[in-house]
Amino acid sequence: MTPLAIEATGLVKAFGETRAVDGVDLAVPSGSVYGVLGPNGAGKTTTIRMLATLIRPDAGSARVLGHDIVSEPDAVRGVVSLTGQLASVDEDLTGRENLILIGRLLGLRRAAAKERAAELLEAFGLAEAATRLVKNYSGGMRRRLDIAASIVVTPQLMFLDEPTTGLDPRSRNQVWDIIRMLVAGGTTILLCTQYLEEADQLAEGIAVIDHGKVIAEGTPGQLKASVGSGALHVRLLDPGQRPEAEQVLARELGTVHLEPDPAALSVQCADGDRGAEAVAALTRAGVRIADFSLGQPSLDEVFLALTGHTAEPDVEEQEAAA
Amino acid sequence: MSTIETRTATGADEAAVRKAIASTARPPRPTAASAALTFAWRGMLKVKHVPEQLLDVTITPVMFVLMFTYLFGGAIAGSTGAYLDYILPGILVMSVLFTTVYSGVALNTDLTKGVVDRFRSLPIWRAAPLLGSLLGDTVRYVLGGTVIIVLGVVLGYRPGAGVPGVLAALALVVVFAFGLSWVFTTLGLLLRSPNAVMNAGFMGIFPLTFLSSVFVDPDTLPNGLEDFVNANPISILASASRGLMEGNPDMGDILIVLGTAAAIAAVFMPITTRLYRRG
Repeated sequence: MTPLAIEATGLVKAFGETRAVDGVDLAVPSGSVYGVLGPNGAGKTTTIRMLATLIRPDAGSARVLGHDIVSEPDAVRGVVSLTGQLASVDEDLTGRENLILIGRLLGLRRAAAKERAAELLEAFGLAEAATRLVKNYSGGMRRRLDIAASIVVTPQLMFLDEPTTGLDPRSRNQVWDIIRMLVAGGTTILLCTQYLEEADQLAEGIAVIDHGKVIAEGTPGQLKASVGSGALHVRLLDPGQRPEAEQVLARELGTVHLEPDPAALSVQCADGDRGAEAVAALTRAGVRIADFSLGQPSLDEVFLALTGHTAEPDVEEQEAAA
Repeated sequence: MSTIETRTATGADEAAVRKAIASTARPPRPTAASAALTFAWRGMLKVKHVPEQLLDVTITPVMFVLMFTYLFGGAIAGSTGAYLDYILPGILVMSVLFTTVYSGVALNTDLTKGVVDRFRSLPIWRAAPLLGSLLGDTVRYVLGGTVIIVLGVVLGYRPGAGVPGVLAALALVVVFAFGLSWVFTTLGLLLRSPNAVMNAGFMGIFPLTFLSSVFVDPDTLPNGLEDFVNANPISILASASRGLMEGNPDMGDILIVLGTAAAIAAVFMPITTRLYRRG
């Protein structure tokens, strides 16, 4: 049994009438990525902010690497680092200056801070942009700098709040790679995300959170199994062939869902082989396909399955984050 | 996994990242002073990278010097030269006090970005970001004040007490500004946007500057107004600076100025720190 990096019981935080976090329990094992999955406004950011000692919980308690977040906040701050939802870097400084600043604030001497900054900029592909102001960085560069700032001194535990929201796929893959390497290096990561795919890619355990409560917990596999399956999405070249395609897919896989797009349909499908066969059957039947994909269930589908409602966006989280 | 290829082509280099992750031992925490000075350094970098902000607050006082001296100087003091002698120490005060509003604006800007979250999650003395930033801002105050003094000298102002008197006056004004800036950092933490801080700040500092002895001798004012102007700390600061620059310093005024600055800081420093901690 690995020791727990985070142990939270009954965390509550209310903003006015809104209970942004309403009794969250978490047990995060050391040395892995633990995903907190939920839509905007579910209470993810507020939970992270409590665990990172930025705000005090109204009720409940939590220990981070053995330190109580209320009575020993400084001890917690000494072992964690936070990469917030808004990139937590200073836009009016250069990338290099940002890293030196953090290094100095962590207690590195001037020369050591400079050396460390250079090393991190090099490692994160930012060496060329080192002397540019961060306000001129792309989203992906800013995110990488943000993560670099979080590991100026390698933390034992890192909070990552939606690290890839708004990034293009290439930058997203880079961030994922960095996260994997961090974990391989022994850092525990609490990852908040809205994307099931992200949690699936990175996390060993996932807590699904909605309206301030944990509504499901498990490995990505268990969660997906509880949802049922993924889906085969097909788009036709000719919308006129849709009835024909529907027949074929219904025979191969079961109940077909007609999408709002008149050329598109989807059908529940957990198994890649059967999906491929169904596509082949379409081709044999003379249905011409524009594109198809075999996707995992989306967060919406997970939510629909777990809660009966979709993951509608909410205003609370933005307010809580402000 | 296709990510292996994209990594080497574009972003983080795997071996270097692994090394970077592995290579750090946690150093001892910085002292409170060292953390504060690091924030002061950050403030000075901002003067370097965003000089516009300094320009913003310097241009208005420069315009005031020119406008008041040449438009109203003759009417108010008999000659432009005589009025310049009177107004320049006053404008020095105005210029530096206007700059203090920006300390609050800058803090609010930090809050609206995410960077404060990172500072607050670091194991440092909690007042360090505030104290350090304001220390860095004093560099700004000195620069703003220097611009006005140089302008005055160019226009023919010759302070009686020479360089030492001018430096003493500048130091007094900067110390007062440091105290006053805690009011604006409190505002910066209470209000919602940098613009709101700017508006509220100037709504306070602008009338107070005009209802002071910065521009006119209070003796010429109607009774009620004269009493108010004489009691206004900005008036006392202006006449103390004038005394220092002319070579007849009034210790009483200087002590009142220092006492007021200390009192303002004593009230607003804890409020600011508390608000900042709460986040």
